[in-house]
Amino acid sequence: MIHVLFHPAVTLAALFVAGGEAGKTALDPAVVISSLYVFALAAFLGYQVISRVPPLLHTPLMSATNAISGISLIGSLVIAGSTYEHHQTLASLLGCAAVTSAMINVTGGFLITDRMLKMFRKKETVKAEEKK
Amino acid sequence: MTHPSYILEATYLIASCLFVMGLKSLSHPDTARRGMIMAAAGMLAALLGTLFHPDIHNYLWIAVGLVVGSSIGIPMAMVPMTAMPQRTALSHAFGALAASLVGIAEYVIHGNSMGGVKMGALGLEVMLGSLTVTGSLIAAAKLQEFMRGTPIQFKGQHFVNLAIGLGMVTCFVLWVMDPGAANANIYFFTLVGLSFLFGVMLVIPIGAADMPVVMSLLNSYAGLSSAATGFVLGNNVLIIAGTLDGFSGFILSILMCKAMNRSITNVLFGGFGAVVGTDTGGVGGTMREVTVDDVAVQLAYANQVVFVPGYGMATAQAQHACRELGNLLEERGVAVKYAIHPVAGRMPGHMNVLLAEANVPYSSLWEMDQINPEMPQTDVAVVIGANDVVNPDARDNPKSLIAGMPIIEVDKAKSVVVLKRGKGKGFSGLENPLFFKSVTGMLYGDAKSSLVNLAQAVQKV
Repeated sequence: MIHVLFHPAVTLAALFVAGGEAGKTALDPAVVISSLYVFALAAFLGYQVISRVPPLLHTPLMSATNAISGISLIGSLVIAGSTYEHHQTLASLLGCAAVTSAMINVTGGFLITDRMLKMFRKKETVKAEEKK
Repeated sequence: MTHPSYILEATYLIASCLFVMGLKSLSHPDTARRGMIMAAAGMLAALLGTLFHPDIHNYLWIAVGLVVGSSIGIPMAMVPMTAMPQRTALSHAFGALAASLVGIAEYVIHGNSMGGVKMGALGLEVMLGSLTVTGSLIAAAKLQEFMRGTPIQFKGQHFVNLAIGLGMVTCFVLWVMDPGAANANIYFFTLVGLSFLFGVMLVIPIGAADMPVVMSLLNSYAGLSSAATGFVLGNNVLIIAGTLDGFSGFILSILMCKAMNRSITNVLFGGFGAVVGTDTGGVGGTMREVTVDDVAVQLAYANQVVFVPGYGMATAQAQHACRELGNLLEERGVAVKYAIHPVAGRMPGHMNVLLAEANVPYSSLWEMDQINPEMPQTDVAVVIGANDVVNPDARDNPKSLIAGMPIIEVDKAKSVVVLKRGKGKGFSGLENPLFFKSVTGMLYGDAKSSLVNLAQAVQKV
């Protein structure tokens, strides 16, 4: 039953619980609430959009979403490039490693998705190519 | 908000829209490529915009990361299509690693001044991220066969896992509830360590044939940890992209489970493929061996031939040989179709990509539900390295371990040819009554050379 802990709905609930601790927060509660709205709406949108992807394209879907979630790159960039009062070296190194990992997914993910999608061809296209 | 931040937020908004449009374009193969180029443009916009972030003063580490990342990422996009599953598992690991490193760095920088909400999100981010890193690495090792593909189980495994899980929750709660505590650092880094360990424990008991589900779940966790990063940084584009990724993986894992008629719990903790199924009783009988020439004649004079590929086609690299044979048959006027079971192979859509690579047009790739009604009109069904996905026991024998799993009903075709390496059982260790049926002929040997031989023989007919 351990896996239940990692169910998206539970994750969401846990964030709400954590949100209940907002008394001593450093984040503005308004920001947290609007973030939850964004999360919930993105979840519905994701469900709608991704349900329509045919099984034919499930492998490219997985590599595409992987590339897109490489967006954590932008968080990594800020960490790697900022100056801090304490722990400068450690923070920069962690940031640099994060930029590297995210960049691997961004470049590799988009390139391989395109490479795969190029292979899914119409019958007419395949026939025309084979005649050449 | 300072002036540059508005520009930055605008690039993020544009990127979010382009990501959604890119994923929407994946609903059809004709629009997919253009859509993904748009998504990539969105990523580029967000990347360039961020480089002008007001907090960034030092570009050295950024440059190092971008260059090193690209020089690993680009070669990783060049792997052969048969290696897609392990490549994808590795990229789940990198995505999750990026998210958990951001989390750890945020904690190192801001320490206990973050407040409850941010800490809660950060804890989840690091927990999900870390367990996905090690879980994906184990999955990749299994797929690359650095590790045995069979489940690794030991006595008391569930208790050990439960203990690790409880340990994680305890550390998490202690850390969030009292960030000022002297032991806060210990709680946090124990949480990270336990999460790494949990990822390993989660994946080692899972067999290679269940990898489509595991890949989808890890995809989901990697996405959710990116979404949690968005909560930590208060950044909406991260939340949107992470959530899309998380839900995509979640939907895929549900679809994969349905295609095996099993629950996620059963896949994760069932240790499928470790226990050899008790013999389903009385299937036995003799298998009828057929020769290449017999099959070639059958194929050449058929009206409709359906190829059913499985993981064996990928290991034998037989997709091109399969397409060659299909081409020859089509030239003779035979209708050729390729039937793809949702869990054939090691990741969702694996067989489709391999056949598309071999130049099979996508209109010839048929889903299970579309092809099953066509089976009775099919003269020859050719099973290439597939086993459980065509096992009629799943439909007929309620006591079978795979009872209720939807199958491609090749046994309803007028005749069946099974290309198989040897007489052994399939991955699940189950006996397959299909092989003993009177309509079935067994063609033993390496799938690739069998297909090449068949193509030569068909030309002579």
